[in-house]
Order: sequence, then C-alpha cells, then structure tokens
Amino acid sequence: MKKYNLSHLRELEAESIHIIREVAAEFENPVMLYSIGKDSSVMVRLAEKAFAPGKVPFPLMHIDSKWKFQEMVEFRDHYAKEKGWDLIVHYNKEAFESGVGPFSHGSKVHTDIMKTQALLEGLTKHGFDAAFGGARRDEEKSRAKERIYSFRDKFHQWDPKNQRPELWNIYNSKVHKGESIRVFPLSNWTELDIWQYIRLEQIPIVPLYYAKERPIVEYNGALVLVDDERMPKELAETAEMKMVRFRTLGCYPLTGAVESSADTIEEIVEEMMVTTKSERTTRVIDFDQEGSMEQKKREGYF
Amino acid sequence: MTEAEKLNIKSFLDQDERKDLLRILTAGSVDDGKSTLIGRLLFDSKKLYDDQLTALERDSRRMGHAGDDIDYALLLDGLKAEREQGITIDVAYRYFSTNKRKFIIADTPGHEQYTRNMVTGASTANLAILLVDARTGVITQTKRHTYLVSLLGIKHVVVAVNKMDLVDFDKNIFDSICYEYKNFITDLNIPDINFIPISALKGDNVVDKSERMPWYNGKCMLEFLETVHVSSDRNFEDLRFPVQFVNRPTLDFRGFSTTMASGIIKKGDLVKALPSGQTSTVTSIIGAAGEQEDAFPPQAVTVTLADEIDVSRGEMLVHPDNMPRMERHFEAMLVWMDEKPMNPNIQFYIKHTTNTTKARFDQIKYKVDVNTMEQSNVDQLELNEIGRVVLTTVKPIFFDPYRKNRQTGSFVLIDPLTHNTCAVGMIIDKLSDKDLPSKIVDKDREKIIRGEALISQEEREMRYSQKGTTIWITGLHGSGKNNLAYTLERKLFELGAVAILMDGSTIRSGLSKELDYSPSDRAEHLRRVAEVCKVLNDQGVIVICSFISPKDSIREQVAEIIGKDKFNLIYMDASLEFCKNHKPEFYQKVDKGETVHVPGIDEDFEHPLNADLILKPENEEENLDELIRYLQNGKIFPIN
Repeated sequence: MKKYNLSHLRELEAESIHIIREVAAEFENPVMLYSIGKDSSVMVRLAEKAFAPGKVPFPLMHIDSKWKFQEMVEFRDHYAKEKGWDLIVHYNKEAFESGVGPFSHGSKVHTDIMKTQALLEGLTKHGFDAAFGGARRDEEKSRAKERIYSFRDKFHQWDPKNQRPELWNIYNSKVHKGESIRVFPLSNWTELDIWQYIRLEQIPIVPLYYAKERPIVEYNGALVLVDDERMPKELAETAEMKMVRFRTLGCYPLTGAVESSADTIEEIVEEMMVTTKSERTTRVIDFDQEGSMEQKKREGYF
Repeated sequence: MTEAEKLNIKSFLDQDERKDLLRILTAGSVDDGKSTLIGRLLFDSKKLYDDQLTALERDSRRMGHAGDDIDYALLLDGLKAEREQGITIDVAYRYFSTNKRKFIIADTPGHEQYTRNMVTGASTANLAILLVDARTGVITQTKRHTYLVSLLGIKHVVVAVNKMDLVDFDKNIFDSICYEYKNFITDLNIPDINFIPISALKGDNVVDKSERMPWYNGKCMLEFLETVHVSSDRNFEDLRFPVQFVNRPTLDFRGFSTTMASGIIKKGDLVKALPSGQTSTVTSIIGAAGEQEDAFPPQAVTVTLADEIDVSRGEMLVHPDNMPRMERHFEAMLVWMDEKPMNPNIQFYIKHTTNTTKARFDQIKYKVDVNTMEQSNVDQLELNEIGRVVLTTVKPIFFDPYRKNRQTGSFVLIDPLTHNTCAVGMIIDKLSDKDLPSKIVDKDREKIIRGEALISQEEREMRYSQKGTTIWITGLHGSGKNNLAYTLERKLFELGAVAILMDGSTIRSGLSKELDYSPSDRAEHLRRVAEVCKVLNDQGVIVICSFISPKDSIREQVAEIIGKDKFNLIYMDASLEFCKNHKPEFYQKVDKGETVHVPGIDEDFEHPLNADLILKPENEEENLDELIRYLQNGKIFPIN
C-alpha cells in the first residue's frame, strides 16, 4: 500500500499555501510585501503555486528605502519583468528628496522614516486590508508568539495583548473598516527550511547571498559593502577586497557581511549548521536595546 | 571544501528534505521545569547559537531562577512584559530538528487562567508532553491538562516525571506516579500513553539515556519523540474537500482549491458536491509540484472536474457513498476564549472549515469543571470555561464528529461586534438533529404540546395596552344591544384598541348555521361563541359580543368557558315595550305566530342579577361613554 506521508518541507509548503489562499478568498484587497530577500522569494513562489495555473490574484509591493543593494534592485526588476508580477514599488518620496539616509541620519531615524513610515504610507495609499510578510517565528524571540494573522488597528499598530487565538487551520478574518492584518505564511519555517526549499525548488535568489570578492569597509562594527558613491569618501577609501557573503539583505550600510567562501546552497547550509552566530546578528537595527524588535513591531515595523 | 565534504552535505540535505514533522504541545507552569526541558532539547540538539548562549548566561545571572546554572527558561520567554512577570502567558512556538525529524513545540503556560492558551496550542499538536514533579506526583494541574489534551483529541501523551534527581532517582516513586496516573485516565479517550523519568535540569533521560536510572528500560525523551509514529493518526478514509478557493484564470480552466481535510481523492473519482448534490468526475489534480494522481491530507491541491457543476467556497466535495453530516443543528464542546462572557442570546459568526455563517445557542447543557470534570448547570460561559452546548446555524454545515475528523469537527465563533474569536468548539457525535433542543427550549416544547403560547399574557398586554377580555352584552331582541356593540367597536378602534365584534346574525349565518332557536340549540350556539371568545381573549384581543343569551344558566356557562375574570356582563335593560317600538316588524311576526322561541314572549328572559353594568337604551347618548369609562376603570383598555 502506498504511504501517505509528507515530508516536513511539503507539509510546511501546504500550510503556507493554505494561508495564502485563505487570505485571497476572504480579504478584499490583499498585497504581498516583497523584500527581495530569500524568504520573500520563497513566499512569492508559494503564492505562485497556490494559484497555478492562474496568476497570483494580488499585487506585490516593495518598500524601497532607496538604500538597498544595487544587486537587489536589479534582481527585483529582472524577475518582476520575467515573471510578469504586478509589482508596486513604494518609497518615502518626501524624505528621499530631503536626503534622509543611514550615513547622515543614523540607522534608527533612517529605518523609521524610510522603512516603517514608507510601509505605512504605502499600505494606506492603496487601502490594503491584508499584507503578507515573510517573517518567521524562529528569527527572533519576540516573534515566537506572533500569530499568523497579526491584527493592526487603524494606525497599523500592534497590541501584543490584543491578538486573537488561532486554532487548527481556521483563521478569523473579520476586521472592522480601517483595520488590517499582517499575514505571515512562513511563520513555522526555520532558516534551514528556507534554504532547503530554495534548493529543492531551485528558486533564484540575489547573488549577494553567495560568497564573492567584494569591496568591504568596517562600519559600526560590521563588514559593510561599498555599494555606491553615497558612502562617505573617507569611509569608502578604507575598502579592502574580501571574500564575503550576506545572510540577510536590507539597506547596504546597515547590513553586515560575513567572511565566507560558500558559493553554493550546500555550502551555505553547511556553514550555517556549524556557525555560531544567529541570523539577525548581521542586522544592525536589532542591537539597540533589549526587546527592541517588540518596540518596532508596536510602531508598525514588520 | 573537499569533494568528499560536498558529497556529504548533499546527502545530508537530500535526507533532510525527507524528514517528517512532529508538532508537540508542552504544558506546565514555571515550577515544573517545562521551559528547562524545552531549553535543553533546543540546546542539546545544537539549535542555540553562541550569541544566544552568551546572552543567556548574562540573563541567567541577572534574572534567572536557576541559581548558578543556566536558566534555560529565559531563552524561551519572548515578550518583555512576560519576562518581567516571570510567567509565560501566551503560546510560543519553538523549532528544532534532529537527524530524524523536525519538531515544532507549542509551548503553553500551565495555570487554569491560561486554559485558552493551552487549548490553542493543543489544536495543532500530534503529541503532548505533560510534566509531573516527582516530588508531588499527579496533581490537579496534571488532571486538568490531561482532560484538555483529551478534549482536543491529541492521541499521544508523554508523562515526563521530572526532577527525579530530587527523589534520588527512586523507581518506586516513578512507578507509583505511573500507577496513579493510569487509574485516573481510564475515563479519558487517549489511545497512547507513555511515561519517562527525567531530570530536565541535569539532563537525565532528555537527550541521552541516563545512567542514574538503570531500572528504566524505555527510550529517553528525544529518542521517543524521534520515533513515535503519528502519520497514521490522520483520517485517510473519509474524503472531505472543503472548497477554499475557486480558481478561474481563463474561461477554459475552472479549478477548486483546498487543503485536503481528510480522505484521499484520485483522478477519475466520482465526487459529489454539497449542498447541491450534483456529481462529477475528477479530471486532474494539481499539487504544489504539478499534476499528481491523487491527493491526501494535509496537501494543498487544486482539482478540475469533468462537468460544469456549481461549487463555490464553503461548499464541499465528497465521495457519494461517504457523506458527512449536513445539518444546521448540532452539539459541541465549547471553550470560551474571550474576556467578554458569552451572551447566549445573540448570533455569532461561525467559521467551520472554509464556510462562514451565523449561529446561535439553543442550550448550554452543562459546564465542565476543568479540574474535577464535574458538570454543573450555568446560563453562560466565561473566559476559560468549557461547556457542552447545542447550536443552530443559519446555513447547514458539513461536519463529522471531532473524534473522527479534527478538520471537519472543529469550528470557531466570532463575536459580531468586536470580531474577536470568542469561542472554539469541537462537534460531538451524539444526538440526531431532531432530538436536540432548538431555541424553542424544552419548557416551550412542553407548552406547545399543551397548546400554550410562547408569548406571555404580559407581553401581549404590553404590546396592545389592553386586557384580552369579552364584553358580553345581553338583552331582549330590539333592546339596542347591537347599536351599542357597533358604536363601541368603532370607538375602541379609534382609540387604538384591538377589538373584534360578534353578534347573533353573523355567527348564525356561518359558525352556527345548522342551529335553530330552540333552547338546546341556543345553548350550543352560545357555547361556540364562548369558545371563540376564549381563543381571542387568550391572544390579547377584546371581543365585543351582542347576544340575547336569555338565561342565567347559559350566561353562567359562557362565563365559565371564557373565564370569569375575562367575562364582563353588560345588561341592556330594555322594556318589552321599547323593543316592540324599536323592532316592530320582528314583533309583528311574533304576534302572528310566524316566529317562535322568542325570549320575553314564548320563552323566559331571566334578568341578570349579577351584571357588571346595567344600561338603559333610552340613555343612548351616555351609554357609550359609560361603557368606555367602565373599561378604563377596570383597566381593560387602556391598561395604564
């Protein structure tokens, strides 16, 4: 007799597809937030599968802080065109024109204005009532209790005390006018699951994840890539070529590289399994203060 | 990296992709060492990174509860507020994996006030780890957790008898705890129960077998978790395909998408759509990796059918020879999840599979005390309370009992105002639809059988502002009874009362058509009138009757039927003289002998001695006002 048994990856895949379809069926105006990172790439692939052979029935939105790695933007534009995505790129125009950036304003101000504010602006502008995000519960301690449907009030704020119970695979999608939800279909995936799935499904990812000789400077204790001419000259002049790769992607001045020679998924996974640092340590914004992610989430950050 | 190493990681990944997933529930309070156990499973399976460990050591010194040891519990408490209170108040999900399996732990707090959190964690778990302190044995909390695990249908339980180091690894203590637990569990439906003696703090029997308990022959915790067989727990028998999304990208393609709730669907299968009952054949199944021959739970698939049949979201595809229950009316165990207590009189949204409709409570059969499992009667459920209820939905739902099918037997209730998920339920297979109480509750059913209305006299009086009574006007033929009756009806109508008029000629032309004017027929005729008066009075209507009703005995009988408190006798006291002048044609016929049985002439007319009001036809002008005053004073109309 045939064995009806699913591997953990296929079970996670099915669970995520269920969530994506459920939101598409029950919300009026959903959007999938696309960060160009590896988790986003997996999430978009799951959405494509959920509605195959049809097209994904909602748009993708990229919140562009205008300080992303150039390779990310190229990757985004290439695949949006190739796959025919309905892609919205939103950025905080006013702040961008007045020159807000991490070098001049620091990570905290930059992140708040160019990421959090831009996100809220984008969601409000298009009137989205549900926004998919690629966050996983294993990323950080405060995410361990995050719901799959995370409720936000009219001001997109998250109240940890006022979240709804989630049982079985039944999700409560009733929201009042003006309220919205963030949906995390990858909640139960771990970093290893993501890599394995990328390998299994041969999902394209931004080449920055693979090791390569790159011009690197030390900035705020992290290895930062000299990605464009906006880096202060005196800093850029200190650049050295180093064999590095990135475990997470974001704004280039705020994302630290790790020295590595891993240029295949297998090598990345192997490196990850013997590594001694957790994924988020390469994100500069997490170091602020204890419970800092929780604070950001309350304010509307993903 | 050498070629050999590359091969090695490749084969690791190839193997790793095929691992299955075990979802575990852990319940317990801080003191049980639950967090310590989980922390150790995570730590010893190398899931902890250096930076997390450094932070942990720092935190342990600052706010730990483990003395000089590393406090693994700190690793788990995510939110700041909770960490400060020193308790875990929500469900936290943890992930780790070994060479054999991937694990998701739903970590829930243990206290009674967190029943809802435990229920949440239990809803998706395959297995529950219950911690028992070796020093205290089976306590109330253990029983409560076991009951909840059984209620949520978890099939595998591991009782981890913890802190064995504090009882000198004594086999007798372990054995007596096992014995006590087995005794207690006999009434609960949990098929697979296991006991493991451990010390989470010291690591005995957690990841490796302990040498300090050589008397224990079973597996250590991790090995047990890696090998317990759970895939056959799923229901592969009953095909339930609750349509989640209708995929219609082009005119040529119409697919129905869902996550398989249970059973197996194959290409070529004949399927029936509920509720329409239309059947068709499965032509293709598209899964996450493309076309496939069959699909099973929990795969997420899209199927196409040979015929254009009408199916939309919330409906279900099944095999025609294996049907779910399809009803609006069912019984369930309910857990109240909301701070706001149940209002049993309002409608809630109910979400069941992919189907959302509305539901109301018909009855709360009882509440279960989660500690003692004793039942008691209540009018409503409050936060964390569990009860057995009867519900009616607006649209039928397609369900199976929860014991048979976790997916089609579960539902959530959503508050219509706040939109919170206020309760969750598990459907019970017990009574058939017709045997369940509906909103017409038991008491009412008895009333209906007895012919009693469900609207009370008070409610009717409030609505009409009047008492359902009969104004019975008696008097000789031609005394002016009808004149009074008709003007009264008009007046009451103008004042807003609900009144009906009955007089001799109307009733005799229909209801009493076959009866004549002989005393016995007259009695029967008036009996019928009285019965009609009673029905109308009971429904709050004022009835104005104008009948000669010549004898005390007849009027007595009428009053008896209508009810003395509702019978108002008005006597139109006219002399025969007056009547003859008033109705000369009639009395001329009587004089000629053409008409017989005429009271006052050839039959007796007994003057009523007990009339409530006596009027003289000569005072026509005032009679109506006097009668209206009578109704006012008697609080017949208006009541206030």
